[in-house]
Amino acid sequence: MKHLYSINNLSKSEAISILDTAKSMAEVGGKAVKKLPTLLGRTVVNLFFEDSTRTRISFEAAAKRLSADVITFSAKGSSVSKGENLKDTAQTLEAIGADAVVIRHWASGAAETLAQSNWINAKVINAGDGTHEHPTQALLDAFTLRESLAPNQKDLSGLKIGIVGDILHSRVARSNVLLLNLLNAQCVLIAPPTLLPIGIENWNCQYSYDLDSQLAELDAVMMLRVQQERMNAAFFPSTREYSRDFGLNSTRLSQMKPQSLVLHPGPMNRGMEITAEVADSNQSVIRSQVTNGVSVRMSVLYHLLSGDAA
Amino acid sequence: MKTHLALESPDISRAIVRIAHEILENNKGSENLLILGIPSGGVPLANRIAKKISEIENRDVKCGVLDITLYRDDVRLRPARTPQETQIPNNKVDAMIVVLVDDVLFSGRTIRAALDALTALGRPKKVQLAVLIDRGHRELPIRPDYVGKNLPTSQEQSINVKLSEIDGIDEVEVTS
Repeated sequence: MKHLYSINNLSKSEAISILDTAKSMAEVGGKAVKKLPTLLGRTVVNLFFEDSTRTRISFEAAAKRLSADVITFSAKGSSVSKGENLKDTAQTLEAIGADAVVIRHWASGAAETLAQSNWINAKVINAGDGTHEHPTQALLDAFTLRESLAPNQKDLSGLKIGIVGDILHSRVARSNVLLLNLLNAQCVLIAPPTLLPIGIENWNCQYSYDLDSQLAELDAVMMLRVQQERMNAAFFPSTREYSRDFGLNSTRLSQMKPQSLVLHPGPMNRGMEITAEVADSNQSVIRSQVTNGVSVRMSVLYHLLSGDAA
Repeated sequence: MKTHLALESPDISRAIVRIAHEILENNKGSENLLILGIPSGGVPLANRIAKKISEIENRDVKCGVLDITLYRDDVRLRPARTPQETQIPNNKVDAMIVVLVDDVLFSGRTIRAALDALTALGRPKKVQLAVLIDRGHRELPIRPDYVGKNLPTSQEQSINVKLSEIDGIDEVEVTS
């Protein structure tokens, strides 16, 4: 694995190995010394052109637990606001001696551009690029699903997962559809027609405009955030109508299987796509997702930075 | 390529019985003993040694697994390996007499990593090392306390330890 800018960079066995390794990474939290020496002396740069709380903190915690040095760079207050381009920023990082670059960018394809260019030698990890992909989020979702619903199997076969909400703008949904397919889970996308992308028929998964008709069959539901910052056209008549048709409330949760799970990549709009009761219910694994995020990102950093001097 | 059998199944069994007795003799009993196998070859050997000690002493001796993957010093030189689960009975390493068990002792780098992995878990009273084969060529100041068999080898030779729990047969082959 040279870079991770898309789930397509992974084979099935690599994806499973990342999840297995993440399980070992999670053990570190229970030790007397909550740190591993694995990446001692390596430098990980977090390059954030777009706001983020949990992904940035999660990558930072992951790199630090592996003893790497972390430099966090956010576009605000940097030379980017003076008009520096991606190439020059990247080459500055190269000169500093970055071994891995974690990039979040508003432009779809930014991570792949950086990875495919000859600007830097560092490994590139996509932490979200525009409306394209967010592979580590999909990996932590898969890890959370496997731990809770399929602890005795390697992949996710036999599970049916619903992804609900703004599929059109969601990088989380794109990465998840690819990874769920790779791990043999069934996947159904649920959204109003205006929030499903053109060409959805070719996505190799089911889709539906009606949440209620799907609930009984789902083992887990991933609620996507309604991205107010990307709602620049009339995608739905009103937030109340969206919430009534596609929001997850206690009534809808009671129609799902008793052991089914609720996931949300965060940040949540409580009262919009998910009610507070559901978000805080026993079936919600939203907080485990955050915890698991650190273990999965440790695993990804370890896999990318192993063997690079061979 | 020439292969010859260095140890057969009865040789391995005898070595394990002897090591079990030596551990007991050295530590004056099985009080606070913790036998930890290093994956993959060390794990079945640790189980066998712990079982043998339990039989001799008529009490259960604690036995676990210590994975060292994330403590290796060659992370940059080899592709990523998937770590195995570390299992420590009662999560207790403090004040125990830990016997690390591995199949082959070669450069000593695995044991160095194991000592780091162990330190991250707590502070044992003593750490000892048991290996089935010592083939020499140490690169670090590490020596075993219990050895099944010393097999002088050249760097080019390879040693293949097969154990019935993993490979379905007990034998040690030397290939040159």
